[in-house]
Amino acid sequence: MVDSKQQWKAWLYLSPAIVLLLVFTVWPIINTIIMAFTEGYTALGNIGEQTFQFGIGNFTKVIFKFPDFKECLINTMILCFATVPISTFLALLIAVCLNSIKPLQRLLQTIFFLPYVTNSIAVGMVFAAMFNIVGTFLGSESQLVTSPGIVNYFIEISGLGNLIEWLLANYPNTISWLTTTYPISWINDGSTYMANMLVIIVYIVWNALPFKILILLGGLQSVNKQYYEAAKVDGTSRTRVFTNITIPLLSPMLAYVIITGFIGGFKEYSSIVGIFGESMGPPHDPYRLNTMVGLIYKELPLNQYGRVAAAALVLFAIIFVITMINLWVSKKKVHY
Amino acid sequence: MKVVLQNLTKVFPSRNKKANEEVIAVNDFTFEIPDGKLIGLLGPSGCGKSTTLYMISGLQKPTGGKIFFGEDDVTELATEKRGVGLVFQNYALYPHMTVKQNILFPLQNLKGKDKMSKNEMLERAHEAAKLVQIDELMDRKPSELSGGQQQRVAIARALVKMPRVLLLDEPLSNLDARLRLQTREEIRRIQRETGITTVFVTHDQEEAMSISDMIVVMKLGVLQQIGAPQDVYDDPTNLFVAKFLGTPPINVFEGKVQGGKVYIGDEAVLDVADVEDREVFIGIRPEGFVPDENGAMCCKMRSVEVMGRDVSVVSEHDGMVSPVIRSIINADSGIDATATTIRYSIKRHKIFLFDKQTEERIRFEV
Repeated sequence: MVDSKQQWKAWLYLSPAIVLLLVFTVWPIINTIIMAFTEGYTALGNIGEQTFQFGIGNFTKVIFKFPDFKECLINTMILCFATVPISTFLALLIAVCLNSIKPLQRLLQTIFFLPYVTNSIAVGMVFAAMFNIVGTFLGSESQLVTSPGIVNYFIEISGLGNLIEWLLANYPNTISWLTTTYPISWINDGSTYMANMLVIIVYIVWNALPFKILILLGGLQSVNKQYYEAAKVDGTSRTRVFTNITIPLLSPMLAYVIITGFIGGFKEYSSIVGIFGESMGPPHDPYRLNTMVGLIYKELPLNQYGRVAAAALVLFAIIFVITMINLWVSKKKVHY
Repeated sequence: MKVVLQNLTKVFPSRNKKANEEVIAVNDFTFEIPDGKLIGLLGPSGCGKSTTLYMISGLQKPTGGKIFFGEDDVTELATEKRGVGLVFQNYALYPHMTVKQNILFPLQNLKGKDKMSKNEMLERAHEAAKLVQIDELMDRKPSELSGGQQQRVAIARALVKMPRVLLLDEPLSNLDARLRLQTREEIRRIQRETGITTVFVTHDQEEAMSISDMIVVMKLGVLQQIGAPQDVYDDPTNLFVAKFLGTPPINVFEGKVQGGKVYIGDEAVLDVADVEDREVFIGIRPEGFVPDENGAMCCKMRSVEVMGRDVSVVSEHDGMVSPVIRSIINADSGIDATATTIRYSIKRHKIFLFDKQTEERIRFEV
């Protein structure tokens, strides 16, 4: 315990941070709550000395009247529940592999960490380029040359292309969820919702991997080797070692990456901008892939601060509930 | 199950590739551990005792030599097929499992014809727990146990699959002094009850001497001496073994043998007709000193430490190599603590001569 005479010093040293936090974090949060619960709040309203009533009208408008609230929520949910398990599983797999090799481990660790230090918009543009169908006029103006993109190229050379073409010709219904054309239109005109989603999911998973690998690898390396030796003496099979020793001992890190993964997933926005730009969807259907945060940004310029604040609080409530569920599950499953 | 080590050698490659210095952790060990005995591998840190244990367990592969369990050559056999139970220095109990789950774990690994039903497993686990007296702690987590209890769980986990050989790595080093005393009795008892050949590693000579049927003294990867604790104590083969065993440690002097007499300085302390003239180290056990007004050795008194039954007399002598001379003398013998000098005669079987160069024992007629 700090001596009470010394306490003012502690407060003094903390004060710059506290002042900044109060002004830029605490007050905006309080203000958001006030705005959200103020009926019909607009920034302009203040000028006419108009008084607003307290109420939950903003919330009902957001939930029931916002045209794309439901869509955005569904998009966000799909992204979360698809990407978090996939990326966690892949990260675990890669971390275990990395942990079990000796040569080049440092180098590979660095390579796997590189996406983390790369700008997500830039990565998004690269992904867009990989999935894009690019057309250009070559030679005479009437000669349009198109490139179906590198992903379609790999589909072609792997032989999957033949299968898709055959399905399109004979049983178009079986594959209409993904595409109606070949080469597959991933993010261009005429692309399907699922094709768009797949691209986003691949992108988010790829983007989320490095951090998760880093955390899980750190966890793996801190596991006492003697547990494995003890298991070896007792003739434990490799699968049993993995499920009964590695996973439980890694569970605090797993819980951490899953919880932060969900929180990050619900705040997903930049990845969609990275691939589709501000239209948040393919050209023929903008805002098709909008997310909760995207919705808030979309409504902001419309001077509907009350509703936007309410939407932010709704998002907060969802994240809060999901995190509570996560913590509740991890209390039972995680060994600290 | 008797365990035979034959020319066992372990060489660790050098960490620094340029220096190319290999570390010979275990150098050409050959000895036999008789069936059903408790054996202490004893030596200062870095002497290769743990490496030897891990080679017996199979977790480390020997560079050369062979290991036999009974008549079976297990040198190339994988750890899990050797049927050893290993207790780690820090126990390595799985922290996320209860005591019961920890003890059951080795049984659940059994496959094929060894596979057991759930009830059989529980029964075996309970037997093992009872043997080490932790059957009331079965539902606790390791973190909820004291060090001594964790130790017992680790032993139970090693015993539950009925190993052919039980190996313990520094089993008492993580326990406090009182618990150590109690636990070493416990290990002795468990070993007697199960009759499993048990090898344990320790750097504490008192621990090794007190419970082992046989001790193996090692130094820098080289085997020094094997034998029953008392035999090794009474008849060390070299200066290292003599110095390593015994508390308080043996008193070492520089001296020489001349004309059939052992001289420390110019005092002739002992007649040894059958040793030729040479420079020697002389080791005298603390209990080898007898206060005697006409004794040959004259020492300067420093202090007298009363220990109840005995007194420990701390004194100095010009010929000594150890920092002080410590002698244990019966409290009834009336030591005058205020005297400036004390004269001793030496018990003949408590004095050892060692060659000055090789430090090997020079034997003489007792």
